[in-house]
Amino acid sequence: MDPARKRRVRLVVALTAALFLAGGLVYTSFSAGSPAKTPSQLLAGSTPGSSYKLTGKVVDGSIRHDGSALLFRVRDRDGTASVPVSYTGSVPDPFRDGREVIVTVSKGSGDTFTGEKDSLITKCPSKFQADDGSGSTSSMN
Amino acid sequence: MAIIGRAALIIALVVCAYGIFASVYGALKGRRDFVESARRAVYALALTTTVAFAVLEIAFLRSDFSFSVVASHSSTTTPWHYKAAAMWSSQEGSLLLWVWLLSIWSSLVIFLTRHRLRDVVPWATAVLLGYGAFFTGLLVFWVHPFTTLAQAPADGQGLNPLLRHPAMMIHPPMLYSGYTLFAIPFAFAIGALIAKRVDAEWIRSTRRFALAAWLLLGCGILLGARWSYTELGWGGYWAWDAVENASLMPWLTGTAFIHSIMIQEKRGMLKVWNVSLVLATGILCVLGTFLVRSGILDSIHAFGASTLGVPFVTLIAGMSIGSIALVVWRRGLLRSEHKLDSFLSREAIFLLNNLVLVALCFVIFWLTFLPLITEIFGDQRAVGPPVFSRYTVPLALVLVLLSGIGPLIAWRRATPRNLRKTFAMPVLFGVVAFVALLFVPNVPQKPLALAMFVLGAFVIGTIAQEVWRGAVARHAMTGEVYPLAVVSLVRRNRRRYGGYFVHLGIVILFVGVAASTAFQHAEDVRLQVGQTATVNGYQVKYERSTATYRSDPRGTGALLTLGAVLDVSKHGKHVATLYPARGYFPSDDASQGLFTQLINGDPTSEVALKTGPTRDFWTAVSPDFSKLQPMVDAIDKAIPPNVSQAGLIRGLQAGLTALQARYEQSPPPAMFRLISSPLVMWIWIGALISIGGGLIALWPAPDAARRRATAAIRARVAQDLGRA
Repeated sequence: MDPARKRRVRLVVALTAALFLAGGLVYTSFSAGSPAKTPSQLLAGSTPGSSYKLTGKVVDGSIRHDGSALLFRVRDRDGTASVPVSYTGSVPDPFRDGREVIVTVSKGSGDTFTGEKDSLITKCPSKFQADDGSGSTSSMN
Repeated sequence: MAIIGRAALIIALVVCAYGIFASVYGALKGRRDFVESARRAVYALALTTTVAFAVLEIAFLRSDFSFSVVASHSSTTTPWHYKAAAMWSSQEGSLLLWVWLLSIWSSLVIFLTRHRLRDVVPWATAVLLGYGAFFTGLLVFWVHPFTTLAQAPADGQGLNPLLRHPAMMIHPPMLYSGYTLFAIPFAFAIGALIAKRVDAEWIRSTRRFALAAWLLLGCGILLGARWSYTELGWGGYWAWDAVENASLMPWLTGTAFIHSIMIQEKRGMLKVWNVSLVLATGILCVLGTFLVRSGILDSIHAFGASTLGVPFVTLIAGMSIGSIALVVWRRGLLRSEHKLDSFLSREAIFLLNNLVLVALCFVIFWLTFLPLITEIFGDQRAVGPPVFSRYTVPLALVLVLLSGIGPLIAWRRATPRNLRKTFAMPVLFGVVAFVALLFVPNVPQKPLALAMFVLGAFVIGTIAQEVWRGAVARHAMTGEVYPLAVVSLVRRNRRRYGGYFVHLGIVILFVGVAASTAFQHAEDVRLQVGQTATVNGYQVKYERSTATYRSDPRGTGALLTLGAVLDVSKHGKHVATLYPARGYFPSDDASQGLFTQLINGDPTSEVALKTGPTRDFWTAVSPDFSKLQPMVDAIDKAIPPNVSQAGLIRGLQAGLTALQARYEQSPPPAMFRLISSPLVMWIWIGALISIGGGLIALWPAPDAARRRATAAIRARVAQDLGRA
């Protein structure tokens, strides 16, 4: 086989392998991710057993402690529909009333959603926040 | 003062525009005078941005609240060193820091290459000034660091308490130094492609900049991790957060680049790969800046709200399309001078290491952007740290293995005989470690961690053998005693042995990461004073509560600090007394009562930890403030509406005293996060070893000054000959 052809064959083989690997990653990561839901979407329907990334704001005055569990309600970013969450694990410092949070939850007994341990995150304070100015940075517009 | 800053930025923009024109015109028409002039434009950019930077920094240090950025990011109560750092916590200040660092590094490289790379430098200058034009353009037209307020407020809002940490002060300048230093090999690669000078000369001229970029970006990432571990109340150092990933991606491609350029320098191979890597790294650096500053990854909808979205996406798209077009256009010139002789060669291992690094970068890129990509298709999905680990851990293991093999294998083609000879000792290290670890309780149950430890031992064996052989050879040659032989060995082969130290440090770091992730015990418990919790055999007793106001021991400027005294013991033996606390800061929400406003800002954890070579014990406390709320409300009610200034201060002080006394005497139960994790200290030690290795590799060799001088003379002679 002449060298140029050999090179081309090798390149095609390498690229095909890379494409297959990338395809595998794409396919498996899609199924690994849990769908992001707002409280109103969860209220509209949720399957027991499957987990969701609940995003929204902490309802003012809803934070309670029950043993080592943290109870709070999450509402829509711009709305009042809210769901109760029971959570255990690490609580980020910025967590408080009105703060935007993301927590992985699954449908528990009754109406309360159970938060996955250590899955609670709040928006990083170093990030630029254009809309609410609650972080360290604020916009100039 | 603001007018000077604004004027400096406008002049900087004009200088950039002129410099781009002059360098391109000079390169096209062969006019050296224009190229010289463009070089001076780079110095002028450095000068003008330094003025702008200084004006803003001075405004922060003087707490000049007539500057709107100062008012929204600093305050009189912010400690002075955090005032200085508050400058780059703002969007405007951070962009100014970016362009200022860029101008400094650009000036340095343009000065160092003034007698070299005559065809490449004008184009590289144009690219660097293009960066300058983009960022000064942003600062002139989009975000305005020098906006002034007609009425300066009496006090500002203060630096976000979470950012009040020594590591966070220098983290942004480090990170941005890394990003801007990578712009230099990027610019020279573009220059080399346009000028058709794709030999290794542009790499040699910018290698140190790439290495410095890699080192500083790495330092920046580590400082971020350190901050996360010692400041944030969750006790981890890496969360696969988009902001972290944004800085890791260019570091990975940069790591690949500083390995693969060795192959181009030695063998004239992998030219397409090298330019592609450095172009990708340059683009990822801009992407990193953009991701952190736009919040786009939370939601695609943040894009419209961000002021920077459109210009940055235009720049990134332009850079990507331009880079790809340039590589395709010059593909004929980028042919390898040699081909791969054997898969059992150092070149092949380096290539494999590059593929793994790029694969790591791709995995992280894909998973970071997954929410954005899936949102486009309707159903937003996101993945957490476990999914990241599932893909990155196996790749990291392969990477460690390769870093052990690479130094042992010969260039071009290795023979089975020399393989047996060189691999015997390191493999023995790995086998011994494996057998020994089988007897350590719990370790065999964690195969991935075990694999990392064994591979780590193998790599350490490799490095020890290399250093030992070099020292023996040197001892035989010069008769130097062994310790001295090692020192002079390193001194004379800085790149090589610096690289080995980097490998050693990274392996130690990985071992620390593997151990502290696989064998960590974390508990979240609610304790009353006097109660005890048990974590991994450690008894943690909540001895008593602490409360102070206006005298915060950590110097963060917290107004009120509520904490706990924890007694940690094991089998009845005292281990440590820890003082975790939580700082409360003023809030800027004017709708609340005056006393509430004083303490209702974002509270932050002040972590307490006992660190040691085998194990860290980490604690954070979160007092149940809701139980204190009735008292806070009562204090608020007790302050009459039309009280005098002096009366108000007295009232607030009395309130703070009462709250402090209440918390000290009868505190409500508090939440504690208690973590026991092994070998965390080795993450930081490994990092320091790596940084040391990087510095060794970066430091000029002893005879470099002489060589530089001869090179300069040679260049001058060539110049004179050219004229004659």
